[in-house]
Amino acid sequence: MASISMITNAVRVVLRAVTAAAAGVAAVVMATSQEMSDAFVFGFQMEAKFQYSPSLVFFVIANAVACAYSLLALIVPLESPAARFVLMADVIVSMLLSGAIGAAAAVSDLGKNGNSHAFWQPICGLVETFCQHVGGALISSLVAVILCFLALIYSIYALTKPTSSTESQPQP
Amino acid sequence: MLTRTASWTSHSSMDLEHGSKKHSAAPTAATSTSTILQLRDRFIALQPIVLRASAILATTVAAAVMGLNTQSYTAVVAIIGTKPLMQTFTAKFSDTPAFVYFVTANAIAGAYNLVVLLMRRLILQRRTPSLVVHMLDMVIMVMLATGAATAASMAYLGKNGNLHTRWNPICDKFGSFCSRGGIALVSSFIGVALMLALNLLSAAANASRPNVVGQ
Repeated sequence: MASISMITNAVRVVLRAVTAAAAGVAAVVMATSQEMSDAFVFGFQMEAKFQYSPSLVFFVIANAVACAYSLLALIVPLESPAARFVLMADVIVSMLLSGAIGAAAAVSDLGKNGNSHAFWQPICGLVETFCQHVGGALISSLVAVILCFLALIYSIYALTKPTSSTESQPQP
Repeated sequence: MLTRTASWTSHSSMDLEHGSKKHSAAPTAATSTSTILQLRDRFIALQPIVLRASAILATTVAAAVMGLNTQSYTAVVAIIGTKPLMQTFTAKFSDTPAFVYFVTANAIAGAYNLVVLLMRRLILQRRTPSLVVHMLDMVIMVMLATGAATAASMAYLGKNGNLHTRWNPICDKFGSFCSRGGIALVSSFIGVALMLALNLLSAAANASRPNVVGQ
């Protein structure tokens, strides 16, 4: 690649920075969501923490990984030979993030609506702010994954667009 | 792996382009190298076809096994006087939206891969359609990964339950439902891995030269 213009670099930096911010916010909001319910149901006081569900733990870890990865990918410029590896890792991190959102959304849907076939009762009536926290973290992570995809597509576009220099590859 | 595949593909297209430059050397050595090169070219050309066919198989198997997954058992719920009251408990895949999404995602991925495999010759001659197919490949692969992750989280809940929310596991009552679901899940994960390999292959092909074999 001959010269990557300033605008391309600026767009890339902004995308990665906002992705890192959104993923970091999602991880932090989910990690700090904890609530003890007011009512005593079935003789016990329900405590809702994200550690009690492996899907939510996976969500926090995946968002933390995505945040750290986006910050690292910010440093790698598009001209360096590591840009191809960043592209490959970008695909994998996008898959990780979207899988985490899917898993956390499945558990959240169960918490909100329950499952009548398995006789699983919803819990959101008891721990309202916990459910809102989880919902907010999900929305932030959704923003992060959309931006991650945009960053990936933009990297592909910036890496494979034909250069304007004279020593380009000979056309077959 | 990316650069090695790229150099393989560029070597093969250079051989196809420059024709018989290598054959003008000593004849006996040249025939053995030419057959090896032909075998290597054929191996390289077959890679995307084999990968896509395997992905079709894996995703269709996952969708079919989960879609036909149902189990029911009858149990005595109450005894009225001397007559026992039986009730049938059924577990189907459509009880959970997670499994419905899983079946849908796998079906869409299988159909998409089948269409692309059948229409390879038509689509992949030029650069823009092959880039579009590459993008769609990525989208479908991520959708598959999401479906697999969602179904895996639901399967974990079904197998182990959640103590804190008083959700009881169901796998002790519906044993074969759970094992069939597990098989479908494993097959879907294999499909995701195959589509990831396809993605990397077409990334290498699209990045190095425009019209090289790679999809």
